[in-house]
This record gives sequence, C-alpha cells and structure tokens, in this order.
Amino acid sequence: MEIGLAHYLTVAAILFTLGIFGIFMNRKNVIIIMMSIELMLLAVNINFVAFSSFLGDLVGQVFTIFVLTVAAAEAAIGLAILVVYFRNRGTIAVEDINMMKG
Amino acid sequence: MVVQALAFYLFAIIAVISAAMVVTVRNPVHSVLFLILTFFNAAGLFVLLGAEFLAMLLVVVYVGAIAVLFMFVVMMLDINFVEMREGFLSYLPIGVLVAAVLFVELAFVGGGWVMTDAKMAAIAQPVPADMNNINALGMLLYTDYAYIFQAAGLVLLTAMIGAIVLTLRHRKGVRRQNISQQVQRQRAETLEIKKVPVGRGI
Repeated sequence: MEIGLAHYLTVAAILFTLGIFGIFMNRKNVIIIMMSIELMLLAVNINFVAFSSFLGDLVGQVFTIFVLTVAAAEAAIGLAILVVYFRNRGTIAVEDINMMKG
Repeated sequence: MVVQALAFYLFAIIAVISAAMVVTVRNPVHSVLFLILTFFNAAGLFVLLGAEFLAMLLVVVYVGAIAVLFMFVVMMLDINFVEMREGFLSYLPIGVLVAAVLFVELAFVGGGWVMTDAKMAAIAQPVPADMNNINALGMLLYTDYAYIFQAAGLVLLTAMIGAIVLTLRHRKGVRRQNISQQVQRQRAETLEIKKVPVGRGI
C-alpha cells in the first residue's frame, strides 16, 4: 500500500478533468465557471507539489506560491468585473455577454 | 505507512467527491462550501507530501480569502439561479466526452513519464536535509527567487488597484467631505463683522 507519485498525479488529473467538466456543464453561470477554474489551478498545484516532494526539488513549491498569487489576483479581478457587469446589465448569463461583439 | 495510505485515500476521495459536487449542485452557495471542503482536503494532501507551509497557505489564501470573496458575490448578486441551470442535461454528453478525452490524455502523459538520470541531474534546488519545510522555502524565496517574489507582489498590487477601480462608484446626491475646499476657505467669504450700535440692536 505504498502511496507513490502516480497516486497524486491521478488525483490531480481527476480534479482537472472535473474542472473542465464543470465549465462545459455550467455554460450559463460565470460564478461556477470561475470556481471550476480554481479547481483546475488546484490540480496544477497538486501536480507541482507532488513532483517537488518525490523528486526532492523545492522549486516546485516556490512555483506553487506564485500560482496561488495569480489565482488570488484572477479571482479578485474576475469577481470585480462580474459585479460591474451585473450592475450594468442585471444578469450574469454568459450568452448575454456580447457588448464587445467578440 | 498504513496510516499514511489511509489518510491519503480519505483526503483524495473526499476532495474528488466534493469537487464533483462543486460543479453539479443546484445552489451556488453549496457550491462554494464544497469548494472550501475541496481546498481543505487538498491541504491535507499537501501535508502528506511534506509541504506544510503550502498547506497552511492554501487554507489561509483559498479558504480565508478567495472562497469568502466568492461567497460575498454569490450572496450579494440577486440572480435567478434556477434559470441559469436550464440546459444542464443537454450539455451532459459533450461535457462527459470532452472530460473523458482529456482524462485519457492526462493518463497517457502521466503514464509515459519516467525518471531518468538527465532529469535527476536537472534538479535545481535540492531539499536541504537539516531544515524544516518553511525554513527551506524561506531561504529560497528571499534569495534566489527574490525578484519573482517582488513580481508576485506587483501582480497582487495591480489586482487590488484594478478591483477597486472597477467597483468604485460615486453616487449622485451624497454629501462628501472636500478637504481642499475646506482648507482654502478665506475669512473674507465667510465672516462678516458688523458694528452694533448700543441700545438699538441689529
């Protein structure tokens, strides 16, 4: 029952897949989509830390700190944009977001 | 060893189940709560991997800041979430298909990875044996990676300024203090001296 690198990579892969799955399933709700993105970032962090631990290289953990920083910044900016958008349009449905005609 | 394996399976299974709940439950408030549970269990996995500092950081940053931010936004916005879930089942086949393809790809990538001597030689910062985790990370973060550390601080500063600029609004009709106007007040515009004759009043 030795827990190896493969176990952690499997957990991270499942979490990442669930993140993608969440984006596809909740196409209308931006908040759930952002939570799915957080899940995917968490999966990446688990990969970083698992490799760092099993290879004995600390750089992976340093990088995880930076991924955490970017995730925090992304959540703050994303939710701020969401609040402003809701104030202007009264909805957060993704298909209504077409003001920039992209 | 057995205890460690049991702890791993406990954390991993709860993390995966709660992550699945995040994307499938009806109520977004429950979704945020399951997200918090996922983060706690991921922190447990980090502890098992020997990254104690990152585990605590995950709890503080994700649970303490990001999840609470999500909770605020979910509760603050008045959104009809039932309407949002229309078409949930119609997306199920394509969602499962894409997720399955991605998982198989990830499995191939992970399964095909092998440790070689060249990779062993490329290790940049070996874990020091005589230090605990937080000590070793601090030694690394404030020396070799100091510039990237500063850059991360700049990213956070930019995000903070951006969030404030985006959400700040001045309402009409709210009385505010205008300090420069207060300071520039002259005696001549506000004060009038009158001579009052005795016995007659003004």
